[in-house]
Amino acid sequence: MASALINVPAKAKRGDIIEVKTLMSHIMEPGYRRTASGETVPRDIVTSFTCRFNGTEVFRADLFPAIAANPFITFFTTATESGKFEFEWIGDKGFAETASASIVVE
Amino acid sequence: MHDESTRREFFGLAGGAAMLAVTLRPAEATPTMLASAIRNVVGTAPVQAGKVKLEIPPLVENGNTVPMTVSVTSPMAPEEHVRSIHVFNEKNPQPNIGNFYLGPEAGRAQVSTRIRLADSQKVVAIARLSDDSFWSTSVDVVVTLAACTEEVI
Repeated sequence: MASALINVPAKAKRGDIIEVKTLMSHIMEPGYRRTASGETVPRDIVTSFTCRFNGTEVFRADLFPAIAANPFITFFTTATESGKFEFEWIGDKGFAETASASIVVE
Repeated sequence: MHDESTRREFFGLAGGAAMLAVTLRPAEATPTMLASAIRNVVGTAPVQAGKVKLEIPPLVENGNTVPMTVSVTSPMAPEEHVRSIHVFNEKNPQPNIGNFYLGPEAGRAQVSTRIRLADSQKVVAIARLSDDSFWSTSVDVVVTLAACTEEVI
């Protein structure tokens, strides 16, 4: 159901600063909305996003209900060596998703 | 005294207005909540203005998805880099928007995401540098369609 979109350049020169774009499809229900009958819709959000490169954490984010649905996060990192980016999203109701992307550094 | 009575009246009125606001919108962060959320991050350290740039449209039509970019002027070297970026709001039900942790390997201290804004309000970004100093900036945003509190159909 849930799916991730990752955009990482396939190739980079050593020392290049590259942009990493990530999008996770998720409702991000803030927990403050009510139904017509007045009941609060329970919170269901992604609370944590982590990016590791070859096992080392390079970026992490704590997310709150104020992050829009389908959390889209972009950040930068320096290309040091060829390897694999691993992305992890963790959220309410046991939500856990992973994705990965490879880069070749010349 | 005359002054005293008018002040009391004023507080009475202000209290009434606050009560009314509370009944109309039950969950709304206040500037006090914003201040305490910021204190939770910075502790007692002083927060200086500058170095941080917050790009967010000044007029937002739909508060459900507002593009936002925070960048910090920093060489991003091991001896001097940005450790984290924290974004807060004034009037959503919760004062926090997001905390982003980065390191010298980021190369550029810049983070983008899309946020929700429940009202026209001030958005604050604070950066923590490697020397544990805090820098901030804030932007006022006007929102026409509010997020977070609308009814689910």
